[in-house]
Order: sequence, then structure tokens, then C-alpha cells
Amino acid sequence: MIEAHDLWKAFGTTQAVAGVSFSALDGQITGLLGPNGAGKTTTLRMLYTLMRPDRGQIRVDGIDAASAPMEVRKRIGALPDARGLYKRLSARENIEYFARLHGLSAAQARDRCSELLRALQMQALAERRAEGFSQGERVKTAIARALVHNPRNVILDEPGNGLDVMANLGLREVLRSLRAEGRCVLISTHIMQEVAALCDRIVIIAHGRVVADGTPEALREHSQERNLEDAFMKIIGAAAREEST
Amino acid sequence: MNKALIVFSKECAESLRDRRVLLNALVLGPLLTPLLFLVLMHMIVGRELEKAEKPLPVVVVGQKTAPNFVQALEHEGLLALPEVPDPEAAVREQRLDLVLRIPARFADDWREGRPAQIELIYDSSRQDVRGEVDRIESMIEGFSHRTTSLRLLARGIAPSIANPVVIAARDQATPQARGALLLGMLPYFLILTALIGGMWLAIDSTAGERERQSLEPLLVNPVGRGAVLLGKMLATATFSMASLILGLLAFVLVGHLMPADEAGLGLSIGSRFVFGALTVMAPLVLLIAIAQIWVASFARSFREAQTYLGLAQLLPLIPSVLMMAVPMRPKLWMSVVPLFGQQVTVLRMLRGEGVDNLTIASGMAVTLASAGLIFYLTLRLFRSERVAISS
Repeated sequence: MIEAHDLWKAFGTTQAVAGVSFSALDGQITGLLGPNGAGKTTTLRMLYTLMRPDRGQIRVDGIDAASAPMEVRKRIGALPDARGLYKRLSARENIEYFARLHGLSAAQARDRCSELLRALQMQALAERRAEGFSQGERVKTAIARALVHNPRNVILDEPGNGLDVMANLGLREVLRSLRAEGRCVLISTHIMQEVAALCDRIVIIAHGRVVADGTPEALREHSQERNLEDAFMKIIGAAAREEST
Repeated sequence: MNKALIVFSKECAESLRDRRVLLNALVLGPLLTPLLFLVLMHMIVGRELEKAEKPLPVVVVGQKTAPNFVQALEHEGLLALPEVPDPEAAVREQRLDLVLRIPARFADDWREGRPAQIELIYDSSRQDVRGEVDRIESMIEGFSHRTTSLRLLARGIAPSIANPVVIAARDQATPQARGALLLGMLPYFLILTALIGGMWLAIDSTAGERERQSLEPLLVNPVGRGAVLLGKMLATATFSMASLILGLLAFVLVGHLMPADEAGLGLSIGSRFVFGALTVMAPLVLLIAIAQIWVASFARSFREAQTYLGLAQLLPLIPSVLMMAVPMRPKLWMSVVPLFGQQVTVLRMLRGEGVDNLTIASGMAVTLASAGLIFYLTLRLFRSERVAISS
């Protein structure tokens, strides 16, 4: 479980995140939805402890991120916005490197890696160097890398970015199976279909603030729109009007 | 510590698969400078030898006035060339290096026993003519000296009366020291080799890793930034050291091919020198590695880092140039300042001088402490948020 309480973060004079609070529960896929530049990536970076919030508190499985960042990192598998692989290493070597950094022994890393390669149906990539990977193959490898320590909480920043239809369907399968295993899954996205197809709960962010939080049904009801896309536009629009007044 | 080793072995494994790194660290870096050195030595020594043995062609104006004098100089290696009109202009315009003019009254003065004047026309601002002028001057002095002796003898006077003071030159330069004069640049080349050896890895594992967007995922792992940095530094230092060892071995090989005997040089580039130099240089290799990572971490891209580190290669040139321009006796403070100290100490080892252990140890200690300081500064940079973020 991931809890964010009143997170603030500024870069110079730009207030990227201004009081974001929400929680993502175990056994659910929570979607962080918002237009580009809304503060999604910064919020996620604070959650996986790459950045420190200027203010506010983060708790992962009840552990405070500010006082025990290493403990929190062990409980989180993160797919950051930057998902570069080591091109001269094979998919297996890329994954096993992170496994070793998580403290797995060489033998454990090998087993866990084989398990993930099977689960993500990417055995064919195992010994190939990442050099010539397609976008989908790269994302798959990066996801495997993020899951290598079997984390209870999984944070993925725009996981569907740049994936074709087939790869995207594959990704959704992976996310659903993570949910089925009882993990807490948090994704950020600006693509409505992704949210509609996957999420149990939606947190809409605009201008660094949470403007709506609830199930897809609740959001539709709240905005009195039948279509989720229209609901999103209406909520964002209302937030923008509020901002300018 | 364990995690640092994991980072270290991954960086090494990855770099061993990179042709650019291999070419730079293990081939170009170690081989380029020794080969350059070999060619340079052959050129310098070859030119000197050639000049000393070949006949010296000189335009002689007024040969007919003093045929015996010209003939005597020809025995010493002069090659008298036919005269040209306006020799002054020819020398000024650098068409000729040197002209010997024998004035018309030479024959009369000679017969009368008066000092007979001859003229040497040359341009003293031209460095390359200096050798020729020296040679012809010594030929003429020799001739003049022999003539004096003969004239004194003819008058029944011992020739030694004309030499009240005689200089006996006793050059105290050992053969090694003379060789080291030519090899004064070797310490710089060794440091350059270490710099080239580590450069690619230092950039690749910092600015390169950020540019390829793999630094952020790496730093999200539960590994302290200190361990990550330590692993990267050790990997960089390993390549730098490998480069240095190969470079030294190449110098040993090249040392045997150098025209050392022809030039009267005795060089002590043996196993003792190799081990001594490696010991002195080892802490510097660590310092270079962490300094390169530090600089590369500031850069926003691979290319930017490359520019910075390319410029940094000139830095160790400063002590070398300083020592050549202002020759000083090595003092203790010089042996202790990083970069400076290694050059002074390696040069002294090359000259076959003994260097006391205290000097070596204090130099190593100061360099190690500097490496520690820069490690701390780099770690602070690594802990900042701006290092991890690619965009």
C-alpha cells in the first residue's frame, strides 16, 4: 500500500506538485491520470524516493519514506520515465544486474530471472543484447527488471508509452496478473483507454493538485457524463477555471 | 562494499564489450605515445648524427685568393661550393644558410703575418643554422691553432707558450641523465596514458549512463550512492591502470629499439623502473579516475563530458613544461603535489637516481588524500537530485 499525504515539490519558481494526497491499495490498479506537465512524473519520483518532497509524507506498507528510504525501495518495483537498458548486456544480464543490487545471490538472481522471462514470455530475448531491441522488448525488459525482487508495490510511469497495440495488450495482461497476486499497482498515464481498461481507481491530477479521486463509475456520476473521456475533460476544465479565478 | 563490487564487475564486463573503450584504453592509449616517442627519438638522433658526419656544404666567395686555406678546411669536412653574387641578400632571403667570404687582401695579410680576416655571413636568429656555424667556426679555429703552432715552432718557440690556460671539460652528466633529458616527456606521456585509459569508462558510466536514461533506474535500487560511485571509480581506475601497465611495457620494448647507444644514452627502463613507476603512479590512477568521474558528472551529455576531459588532458602538461622552461632542482614540495610529484619522481627514477622512501611515501599519501577529497565532493554531487534526472 502506498500513501501520499500533502506532497509539495518546487523546481526553482515552478511549483510542480502542490499538495497531492491519495492512497493506492493492495490488490488494485490505481491510475494517476492527468495532462502532460500536471506533475505525475514528479509525484512518482517522490514515491520511489528518487526525489525528496519539500513537504508532506510518504508511507509504503506503513514505512516512512523520509526516514527509511532503503526499506521503502526494497518494497517498491519502479519503472521510471527513464527506462534505458545497458545495450551491451543481454536482457538476462540487465535483469540479473538489478537482482544482484537488490541483494539476491547469483543463483537466486538466475532463478528469479528465468521465472520472469517465462512469465513475461520473453525467453527468446534472454541471451540477446539489448542493442537491437524494439520499444516493446525494451519496456518488457525494464518491467522484468523492476519486478526482479518480487516487490509488493509496483509503480510504473506511463508504461504504455510507445508500445504498439499488441505490446499494449500484453502489458495489460501483466498488470492484471500483478493485481491478481494482491500487489499494489500504481500507474501514471494520460491515455484514457488505458485507465478505462485497467484501473479500479482513478486519481486525476492537474496543475500539481488532485482534482478528483474515485472509481471510474463514481467519476462518471460525479461529472454527469456517460463517457469517461468527457468526464475527464469536464473535471480538468473545471479545475482550470477554478485556477484562473 | 559488496554492492560496489557488483557495480564494478558490471561496468568492467560492459566495457570489455565496447570496441571504443578497448581501442582507446588497451590499444591506442598505451601504444600511441611510445611509438610517437620512438619516431621522435630516431628523428632527433638521426638528424644530429647526420649533421656531424656529412660534409658541410658552404658557399665560399673568393676561393682563388686562398686555395690552401680552403683545401685545409676541405680536409676537415668542408664542401666548398662555387660563389654566388650578393651573398648577404642570399642569406637574408634564406636561400643560403651560411657563406664564407675571403676578402682580396687575405693573401697579402697572410704572407705578411698580419691577422688575416675572413667573413662568415649568416643569420643568428635562425636556430637551425647554429650547428653549421659552430662546425665551420671550429674548423677555422683548428686551422688557426695549427698555423700558430707551426709559426711558433719555426721561430724556435714552444707552441705551449700560446696556451696559458687550457680547459679540460669533465662533463658530470651520467649517460642516464643525458638520456633523461630527451626522455623528460616520458612522465607526462605515462600520465596521459592513464588519462586516456580511464576516460571512456568515466564518461560512459556517468554522463553516458544518464544520457541513455539508465541512471535513474539504477539509482532507484536499494543501493547507497557511495557504493555506486565506488564501483564506477574502481572500474575506471582498473582500465586506467591496465592502460598504464601496457604503456609501460610498450616503453620497455621501445626502449630497446631506441638509438640509445648512437646518442650516447644509457636508459634504465628495466623491471625496477617499471615497478617503481607503477608504485608511484597507483594513487594517481585513483585520483585521475575519481576526478574524471567528477568532471563527467557535471556534464549534461556524453559529448560535453568528452570536451571537458579532452581539455583536462593538457593539465599534466603544465608541470612538464614548467620543468623544461625553468629547470629546478627537485625539492620535496614538488614531489608531494599530485601530478607534479609523480612526474618529478618518475623522471628521477628514469635518470637512475635513487629516490628515498619518505619522498615516495609522502607523495603517495597526499595524492591518496586528494582522491579521497574529490570522492567526497563527487558523492555530494551524486546525492543531489539533479544528477539522476536525465531530462
